[in-house]
Amino acid sequence: MTALGLANRRLGWKLAAAAVAMIGFGYLLVPLYQSYCRMTGVNGTTGSIDYGAALRHKPDTSRWVTVQFVTATAGSLPWEFTSEVATLRVHPGELVTTNFHARNLGNVAMIGQAVPSVTPGPAAPYFYSVDGLCTSGQALAPGEGKQLPLQFIVDPELPREIATVTLSVAFFDARPRAATTTPPLAARLRI
Amino acid sequence: MTELALHHAHEPPAGFTRWLFTTNHKDIGTLYLLFSLLMFIVGGSFAMVIRAELFQPGLQLVDALTFNQMTTMHALVMFFGAVMPAFVGLANWMIPLMIGAPDMALPRLNNWSFWILPFAFALLLSTLFMPGGGPAGGWTMYPPLMLQTGMAFPFVIFAIHLMGISSVMGAINIITTIFNMRAPGMHLRRLPLFVWTWLITAFLLVAAMPVLAGAVTMLLTDKYFGTSFFNAAGGGDPVMFQHVFWFFGHPEVYIMILPAFGIVSHIVPTFARKPLFGYESMIVAVMSIAFLSFIVWAHHMFTVGMPLAGELFFMYSTILIAVPTGVKVFNWVATMWRGALSFETPMLWALTFIVLFSIGGFSGLMLGLTPVDFQYQDTYFVVAHFHYVLVTGAVFAIVGGVYFWLPKWTGHNYDERLGKLHFWLSLISVNVLFFPQHFLGLAGMPRRIPDYAVQFADWNMISSLGGFVFGAAQLLFLYNVVRTIRGGAAATPQVWEGAQGLEWTLSSPPPYHSFTEPPIIP
Repeated sequence: MTALGLANRRLGWKLAAAAVAMIGFGYLLVPLYQSYCRMTGVNGTTGSIDYGAALRHKPDTSRWVTVQFVTATAGSLPWEFTSEVATLRVHPGELVTTNFHARNLGNVAMIGQAVPSVTPGPAAPYFYSVDGLCTSGQALAPGEGKQLPLQFIVDPELPREIATVTLSVAFFDARPRAATTTPPLAARLRI
Repeated sequence: MTELALHHAHEPPAGFTRWLFTTNHKDIGTLYLLFSLLMFIVGGSFAMVIRAELFQPGLQLVDALTFNQMTTMHALVMFFGAVMPAFVGLANWMIPLMIGAPDMALPRLNNWSFWILPFAFALLLSTLFMPGGGPAGGWTMYPPLMLQTGMAFPFVIFAIHLMGISSVMGAINIITTIFNMRAPGMHLRRLPLFVWTWLITAFLLVAAMPVLAGAVTMLLTDKYFGTSFFNAAGGGDPVMFQHVFWFFGHPEVYIMILPAFGIVSHIVPTFARKPLFGYESMIVAVMSIAFLSFIVWAHHMFTVGMPLAGELFFMYSTILIAVPTGVKVFNWVATMWRGALSFETPMLWALTFIVLFSIGGFSGLMLGLTPVDFQYQDTYFVVAHFHYVLVTGAVFAIVGGVYFWLPKWTGHNYDERLGKLHFWLSLISVNVLFFPQHFLGLAGMPRRIPDYAVQFADWNMISSLGGFVFGAAQLLFLYNVVRTIRGGAAATPQVWEGAQGLEWTLSSPPPYHSFTEPPIIP
């Protein structure tokens, strides 16, 4: 092969390697995006905290923050999901417990996954929930209802101009995918 | 024996295998261009279905699912089947001729990158006949809607993988050709603008297409392999898809316009009989546009709920693009200033490109302003905007380029009267087609709907009428091209009086193997 042919091949392979690296970069965007959301509160991504660390916070009794609760169920999840209270007034740094209620209105056992989101975005990094409601799926038998407690703490560092924080908790269908989206093959082929 | 071998080396082999096994840049360029013409007609016929359904309010011709498949497929076919292969075809034909190279750097790769395409589109178009229909979630493929596609879903994903592989291989070939195959004396600072714009486009392709491949692979594994990239229940985020997609998507739209800038930068000086004004600033402008294309993606998603700082950053960086684009428009105008202008068909298309692409640029500025974008988002105003930049931008430049170089490729002059008729019909009808869509969008008509409120009826009817005429006018183009391939008055090597450059020193058509000896560059 001529020198030019070799040079062409070498550059061609380098560019191919660059293209493969860009596939990797596409996947790298996923953790980048997630850590960016955690840092800035984009999409209301909340922090989490363990029970011991939560107790070490000192409540700032000089200040009140109103926390509003919004509940929703998404997609194919026939659940009733409500919050016991609509709003709570809390001191920043105070560990608060509130209750949600979920009931499976469907006729099959289901697993739901609660996903929290805080508005306004800038408040989200200052809102921590203690492991529980949102960290694992909730299984409910047909007709079964459950009380779901949530412990949370609002960081005393919360910017002073924020007086109201809205916590939205949405339940998503978290059954293994095969059980939810694939009808029998014959039905899909329609033959 | 030697004579026989020589003879074989200089003549293309006969029959179908010539096209199947060819590694000749001119053959592959022709294949790309013919394929893109075919896809232009296929994608155009989808558009005719869309405009026919929108002729009146209510559902007349197709059901909503079919309509949504039409909008999705129209975009996919036009982007990946018509516009991009047309540019790659032009690159294949013209870049070796312009830089004095005997062929592309990696001829066998070149054969592959073309022949993947028919398979990719066979996969994609076959989805229309599958149970549950083809993709109907829009070409942007946002989850979770896209994940509801039926059996067609993996076919669409694999078709997109193949298109991506094809265009990345084409880009690798073009970069290697431009870097390694230039004739002695053809310094980078003397490269014709079409070569420069393509070099930069090829880098965009190498950087952007793999990200799309990654994004659609995430969709595939989300649907079939239990991952949760975009599934909230599993800790994913559907909005993230939009970020990954548009990180590809915005460079993609520049991939479809930068070579058009190159084409116009050849046509305008030729018919103004003056050298291009501001050669260096043109190159720097294209480079700036290419760089900016990677940091503006979120202007496609102002309404997803970004922090204020994000909205401002993406607004300012978007508006910044107007500066290099303005430089280019002013340079073209300055090239024509006091030139000895004549208005042959290619020049008419190029002039129209400058004016109508600028209109698309202006509506782009409006869309780039975050506060007003909240109103325009997902309305027909967006549809009008990107059709002004893609149809009267990219497509008009390609058509102009085809008229410009057709005599060089075929050795025959095309029918000038037919070319002008095609031009005037297209110019008038394209504006009747797309200009009213600005009004529809401002009045609040959402995009991607098969039925609409009655107050939008009049402009939709006018737009559809324009659409039918525009569609029919392209058949004239098809006829003119086929007729020129088959015969016509012999073209001179220079073809156009004002044409400058290596490609015009060769005969028309150029020999099957050109520049086997490097040309002397004055």
